[in-house]
Amino acid sequence: MLKRLLAITTLIIIGYWLAQGLAGVPFGQDRMLVGKYYLEHVVEQTGAVNAVTAVVVNYRGFDTLGEVTVLFIASTGVGALLWSRKKRRTARTEGSIVLTTGTRLLAPFVMLFGVYIFIHGHLTPGGGFPGGATIATAFLLLYMAFVTYEIPHRAFEKIEGAVGMTYVIVGLIGLAIGGYFLYDWIWQTWGWGHDNIGRLFSGGFIPIIYTIIGIKVGTELSGIIDNMIKEEVSK
Amino acid sequence: MISVYYFGAISLILIGLYAVLVKKNVLKMLIGLSIMETGVNLLLVSIGYISGRSAPILSEGIGPNQAVDPIPQALVLTAIVIGVATTAMALSVAIILYGKYGTLNVEEIRRLRG
Repeated sequence: MLKRLLAITTLIIIGYWLAQGLAGVPFGQDRMLVGKYYLEHVVEQTGAVNAVTAVVVNYRGFDTLGEVTVLFIASTGVGALLWSRKKRRTARTEGSIVLTTGTRLLAPFVMLFGVYIFIHGHLTPGGGFPGGATIATAFLLLYMAFVTYEIPHRAFEKIEGAVGMTYVIVGLIGLAIGGYFLYDWIWQTWGWGHDNIGRLFSGGFIPIIYTIIGIKVGTELSGIIDNMIKEEVSK
Repeated sequence: MISVYYFGAISLILIGLYAVLVKKNVLKMLIGLSIMETGVNLLLVSIGYISGRSAPILSEGIGPNQAVDPIPQALVLTAIVIGVATTAMALSVAIILYGKYGTLNVEEIRRLRG
């Protein structure tokens, strides 16, 4: 009881302090400095109409490479922590008929929607990370519906590694052509897609990198699901 | 008077912090951490909002002067992904804790060790 009172007092102090700090930041005012530059130059410099994904993939592409690395390390860490020699699916009851039939019908379309999200990352809200998460959701559905289902581990590991390498290779081609890592060679040097801004074939290398990120995130999150759902069987 | 969005963000942060401070179950503490993270993300996005403007997607009718700041949104995109990664790590540690001690109550785990 004393602990709870102490916690509530601390929370009130922290909340008052945060509110005091935010009182000096009026809501809804124009405070853009760097953002203004991005918004004014995003179409001519990157070819993408979605400024957020242009910032994430193009202006701060190196940052995103680090982010993908963090996700990779987390997935490897989960695999290492939960590793054991004899791991198997231990679910006893099959999913209900609604779940199994619904999964059979919906899983391909959920994956298709994920692909749609990451291919149109430079045009619509979304991008590689939400698209990959959507694909992983389809695998989660398959895991919940069928007691013996497992992802094809070997293929997934190979795809994950190959796709991660492709990201670095795209960056190195930029280094060779334009002089710095992750230089957008498709848009700036080759000049592809200058005529159809706002359609699918524009945006330089943003769709390519977002496809890479989408596949990588999808396979990694599926691997995490697989690691967490399987249990050790001791006999 | 602070805006309702700031109020919501601060409330989410405080609710999460309360769960982390008071709850004894490790899973509930992790849920509290996730709620805190949501609050911080909401705070960042609402600081970048400019009243009367639209999402930073430059389609017809939305020029550079009718869009909100894209940078906080890009930062929050990064923060969400890192949050998923850390939550997955923390959950697998919780799975190991349960396998080792048979309970998720932090006080009992502390007692078992000593």
